[in-house]
Amino acid sequence: MSSIAQKKGFGATIWDFMTTVDHKKIAILYLISGGFFFLVGGVEAMLIRIQLAKAGNDFLSAGLYNEIITMHGTTMIFLASMPILLAFMNAIMPLQIGARDVAFPFLNSLGFWLFFFGGIFLNLSWFMGGAPDAGWTNYASLALASEGHGIDFYTLGLTISGFGTLIAGINFLVTIINMRAPGMTYMRMPLFTWTTFVASALILLAFPPLTVGLFFMIFDRLFGANFFAVDMGGNTIIWEHLFWIFGHPEVYILILPAFGIFSEIFAIFSRKRLFGYTALVFATILIGFYGFMVWAHHMFTVGLGPTANAVFALATMIIAVPTGIKIFNWLLTIWGGNISFTVPMIYAVAFIPSFVAGGVTGVMQAIAPLDYQLHDSYFIVAHFHYVIVGGVVLAILAGTHLYWPKMFGTMLSEKLGKWTFWFFFIGFHLTFFIQHFLGLMGMPRRVYTFGADQGWDLFNAISSAGAVLMAIGVIIMLVNVVMTTIKNERVGNDPWGDGRTLEWAIPSPPPFYNFAQTPLVRGLDTYWIEKMEGNKKGMIFAEPLGDIHMPNGSIIPFVMSLGMFIASFGALYFLDGDKPWALAVLVIGMLILFGSMLLRSLKDDLGFHITKAELLEDAKGGKTDGH
Amino acid sequence: MDINQKYTPQSWPDHPETATLEGKNKFIGFWLLLAAETVTFASLFATYLALKDKGPSGMEYSAAGLFELPLVFAMTMILLTSSLTSVYAMYHMKNHNFKAMQAWLGITVILGATFLGLEIYEFNHYVHLGFGFTNSAFSSAFYVLVGTHGAHVLFGLSWFIALMIRNSKRGLNMYNAPKFYLASLYWHFIDVVWVFIFTVVYLMGVIG
Repeated sequence: MSSIAQKKGFGATIWDFMTTVDHKKIAILYLISGGFFFLVGGVEAMLIRIQLAKAGNDFLSAGLYNEIITMHGTTMIFLASMPILLAFMNAIMPLQIGARDVAFPFLNSLGFWLFFFGGIFLNLSWFMGGAPDAGWTNYASLALASEGHGIDFYTLGLTISGFGTLIAGINFLVTIINMRAPGMTYMRMPLFTWTTFVASALILLAFPPLTVGLFFMIFDRLFGANFFAVDMGGNTIIWEHLFWIFGHPEVYILILPAFGIFSEIFAIFSRKRLFGYTALVFATILIGFYGFMVWAHHMFTVGLGPTANAVFALATMIIAVPTGIKIFNWLLTIWGGNISFTVPMIYAVAFIPSFVAGGVTGVMQAIAPLDYQLHDSYFIVAHFHYVIVGGVVLAILAGTHLYWPKMFGTMLSEKLGKWTFWFFFIGFHLTFFIQHFLGLMGMPRRVYTFGADQGWDLFNAISSAGAVLMAIGVIIMLVNVVMTTIKNERVGNDPWGDGRTLEWAIPSPPPFYNFAQTPLVRGLDTYWIEKMEGNKKGMIFAEPLGDIHMPNGSIIPFVMSLGMFIASFGALYFLDGDKPWALAVLVIGMLILFGSMLLRSLKDDLGFHITKAELLEDAKGGKTDGH
Repeated sequence: MDINQKYTPQSWPDHPETATLEGKNKFIGFWLLLAAETVTFASLFATYLALKDKGPSGMEYSAAGLFELPLVFAMTMILLTSSLTSVYAMYHMKNHNFKAMQAWLGITVILGATFLGLEIYEFNHYVHLGFGFTNSAFSSAFYVLVGTHGAHVLFGLSWFIALMIRNSKRGLNMYNAPKFYLASLYWHFIDVVWVFIFTVVYLMGVIG
């Protein structure tokens, strides 16, 4: 807890990351594990495209193919996209509002470790008797009939990681409500903070229905309940409702932070204040609000009746309005700006037409009668990859370039970044544009192969070729990361030169207390204002230099998550009959979980203080460390 | 915030639960958690209503035939009273009267434990009638909805007891006042959920 500078060995670094409650380190953990799962999901995608490269291919068996498509979707949504976005939220949002940490540093760590162990648990299914194979939506009629424990890995794994995400959401909400620096009013918050705020609210209200649905599935499959067992009075449609009440807002949980990242990029690299800031904020809130009213558009073909379908069709089309508002605001931000085409900006510019294409096909599917034709065809696959890859993944790649210097203190290579962009962007359109036509030609999604006489060979081959280009792009990105890390050329506070918000006013990476003195915010784009007025310090301060209170690190979040992880294995094998140890494992896991919760509750954790003298020492170039 | 700072009823703030930044954070965070809990129970209620009286063909159990109001009414009164006693406890917490607060929390815990005991008795009774967890979709939905509430009661009781024991020697300070406040907030939430269970499951069930 002292500020003694010390060199750390490898083990000490690992321990530091296991016990850290620093939002910037947790962001790095999210980025690394999210990036790892992104690669896993990418390998699964490549396997899918290899299998579909030619007609009648037998590269994968039908059953293995089902497992791979299920795990590809689940991994990419829950374990890759969301954690990487959470990494940026963790790394940047507290800096943007001038906070020293999030509201609940301990819970921040707990949220990460729950996600991490949930993801590991889910992926262990590959080595323990087979992965889930009922699709990422895990519809009950398929899932209940699935043999083995694949589905149980899905339900338990997502339950654990879902708790983690819920905790992260509450944490960000409270942070933004309570921890803003003086002068940082709601309508002065950077757009990325706003989208983090709304996405967190969506997490708060969308994850509980998923958790309830997952629990029903766990009870049905492992403890003999009958929620979805039709012969026992159950109803499989309940799963579909619960899943999509979560699942549709989930799409906005992913895309809103992506919008936030792009909003930052457009303003920075056009060297202009965001056009229509207020409209962008209200469009964000509206999208979040409507996001909860459209879930049944995933269920048009279920047979809910024309009234329900009409209502949900209209609600779905309405969402295009706030989204359109955003698109035009971004275009008008670029308009007349002093544009520099850095890698993040290229991604942002490429994002607009790509995402609009995905949005337009979305409105097409909102037309319920047309959806009867499109449902479960490759048109749907093309659509959601256009919004997720064309929106979220482009934002993730752009955000990685934009925020890499702030997180690690060194710039990713622009040259290699452009190579990545072109491979990825061309590959992306090559892969998915043609799938619209495959869908219109009648190719259903989730089929493991097709016949040579169906006329789908050429388009599938083109699609697979595009996937190879995307893979090359990602590999160049990895090379970029490795080379940048080895070179390790340090950068200053504002490496892009045109930063507008508070995170660019402090060192890269920031000291662990972020702000030696809490800043005073005088307007939107506060750092830009100070720069324009010639303030060399980049900010004015709301307080004199004084002691800073910081939270203690703790291993308890790790242990609690481990407890849930262990208990899940017990639950998984509980009713197998031939595994009497399962109950013991369940009990031991629960004891670890509740024991560490109790320990956390009973043991006072008051944090520690960094003294003014240490801060002064630090400002002179000495190194202050949190532990 | 200094944990060792001693307070008198005069120096104790009017709203100790939100007097520190930590307290404010917990206060807002906990209300948000309750929002998530509300959605959780809403999902459970919706499922229960969809699966009420649904079972294998020829199932002999129905809400109208199964539920009897006298016991459930007694449980309701006990839990509502416990909510009131937790209000008294918070009244004394705000007046920095630690002993009175502990006493009222003790009564709250006793009432809550009585409620839980009656719920276990009730479940046991149904199981003996053959209405077990795996009996039908109706039984699964019933036990999971009411059982989730029961698990919340158990958690709330454990929370109260842990807080009371942990702080029994040192009294109230700015560190533990928010904790007591949140536990009592949680207790109110459990109470509100039970009001809905009483209405939707039992009253509407008996009407048929």
